[in-house]
Amino acid sequence: MTDLNVNVHHLTRVEGHGNIVVNSKNGEIIDARLEIVESPRFFEAMLKGRRWQEVQLITSRICGICAVGHTCTSLQSTEMALGISLSEQAHLLRKCIFFAEQLQSHILHTYFLTAPDFVGAPSVIPLATAAPEVVKRALRLKKLANTICETIAGRHVHPIALVPGGFSRYPSVKELKALKETILSYSDDIDETVKLFATFKVPEYYRETEFVSLKNPSEYAFYEGDIYSSDTKKGVKNLDYKTLIKEKMVDHSTSKHCTATRDSYIAGALARFNNNYDQLHPRAKKAAEALKIKPVSYNTFMFSHAQVVETVHCFEEAVAYIDRILEMDYDVNEQPAEPTRMSGRGVGACEVPRGLLIHDYTYENGFIKDANLIIPTGMNLANMDADIRELAPKIIKEPHDKIELLMEMLIRAYDPCISCSCHLLKVEFV
Amino acid sequence: MKPKVAFFSFTSCEGCQLMFLNLEDELLNLLGAVEIVKFREAMKEVTSDEYDVAFIEGSITTHSDIERIKSIREKTKILVAFGACATIGGINAIKNFQPLEDVRKYVYGERWDFYDTVPTMQVDQVVKVDAAIHGCPVSKKEMLEVITSLLLGKTPNIPDYPVCVECKLAENVCVFDKGMMCLGPVTRAGCGALCPSYGNKCIGCRGLITDPNTNAQKDLLEEKGLSVAEVLKEFRMFDGLSEVSK
Repeated sequence: MTDLNVNVHHLTRVEGHGNIVVNSKNGEIIDARLEIVESPRFFEAMLKGRRWQEVQLITSRICGICAVGHTCTSLQSTEMALGISLSEQAHLLRKCIFFAEQLQSHILHTYFLTAPDFVGAPSVIPLATAAPEVVKRALRLKKLANTICETIAGRHVHPIALVPGGFSRYPSVKELKALKETILSYSDDIDETVKLFATFKVPEYYRETEFVSLKNPSEYAFYEGDIYSSDTKKGVKNLDYKTLIKEKMVDHSTSKHCTATRDSYIAGALARFNNNYDQLHPRAKKAAEALKIKPVSYNTFMFSHAQVVETVHCFEEAVAYIDRILEMDYDVNEQPAEPTRMSGRGVGACEVPRGLLIHDYTYENGFIKDANLIIPTGMNLANMDADIRELAPKIIKEPHDKIELLMEMLIRAYDPCISCSCHLLKVEFV
Repeated sequence: MKPKVAFFSFTSCEGCQLMFLNLEDELLNLLGAVEIVKFREAMKEVTSDEYDVAFIEGSITTHSDIERIKSIREKTKILVAFGACATIGGINAIKNFQPLEDVRKYVYGERWDFYDTVPTMQVDQVVKVDAAIHGCPVSKKEMLEVITSLLLGKTPNIPDYPVCVECKLAENVCVFDKGMMCLGPVTRAGCGALCPSYGNKCIGCRGLITDPNTNAQKDLLEEKGLSVAEVLKEFRMFDGLSEVSK
């Protein structure tokens, strides 16, 4: 039997740089891993000594795709540390912009990054000629998400109006009403998205694992909740995240790996779907039925389907939250809440599109003394390695091209964001 | 033949490439005018290893970055620094103000020497840059101006006056009047004063105007009791590589 040397150098259609390596000798897999070769970025060190008002301006720049998520998690941490309480309208509007970022990121990942694999295209570019209506729909939905972010915070990459204590500018009632009408006009595109993904044949795969996500008794958690493990069936508070999540260095990655109660876990849309299915909007549950995804799903390839379900949920919730804001006593001139102390520790924990994100800051006299950041892709890396080791022996007799494609699809399914986690991807068959 | 265009990312958040994909209304027309031959974030296929225009996002921060950018320079006719990380170093240069060994040890502990890093450089410190698109992130308008200009073979129209000019036109209340420090008087316009328009301050992400000491709105600063030097000190967040930040 020929020895296998698969080396996908700089995996494409993912954010950041990574390599997939699979080696076999005499029909036995001797090496299978995901190497992370992104340049380290040293954000924790860059935050040291920074003043509380400017921290989120730097952390937003960790990731262009999750800029809103990083900004909000960062603000949560600063606000907890300095005893800043958000008003109800600021709180609702922060949650609302979260739905828009999930929408933007999920549309980008499902239509632009994973759909080409399901239809045998190398990228979305040939699809622009082969299936222009599909590509135009994807662009419309992406634009919708950007419009929501622009109305609420000035722009998506990198949001402007999100500041400690609230907003530096609130959208007017007129802008919010117009935004709601705009969102509602895209309802058919949401249905068509579900229909399209329901036609895709997902590879069969099963590997039992742990799922970690936020959990909140009152809603499908994105912005806040306890950090919950499907193994322990318990949640821990933000400040106690280290009792559940451990970080470690590995030789083949410039991004730290994470574990919880076992060797690896999944964070992200699949974890949220499995842990919090009951709280999905009824329309999203219908979409799950059409997409044939049920909790608990142990098929990593179903990530994009879970994202489509969440897309439906976020679409509906964005409208519902705007309604809530419009129904309350809304003050467009409200000023951000002030700190009540200048020293202390705060931990922000949010579900950003790729999973749980943690920012842990310690402030001294208004300046950051210590910072630790745990990024969703870092959380998934150990599980990606475990999936590569599980899948490789099962497909070892397939043609080289097919092995490479399946390995790429497997890693792409996680929607890895490598520059965030180094802090990700290419398949190397070496 | 359509010009061959490639996108490359170095140390960055890849948000500027996302801004390109965010040209939702223009993207399909642009794809009709140029041939995208390499775009790792969005494409698996690589249809050419020679480019007419290469867009470079990100700063140069490792030894392998240096080799890679030199090799791209050899393969492209025009090289465009794309976004603040590439044009002025952006926030990546913050680490240059601490000893690099400390920075590496703080983030990676005992394994610090496993992770290669060099002081952050903007792209033109390593190779010749033919055009720049400023901002963190780049603005859609300026991106289109530069791309269209390159296609037409004309010089792009990039402002060299301060953000204050655009801020006044936007009829914003002066940020200094709100008791905040603002980099608008010394920062290159072209963003439409977006940050002040959303209630925030200018953070200088587009870099300095050519001669801030003569062009800065000195009268305005004097009125607020500030000096150009004081404003320039704030520049270390995005423009740490410039002379004024040293």
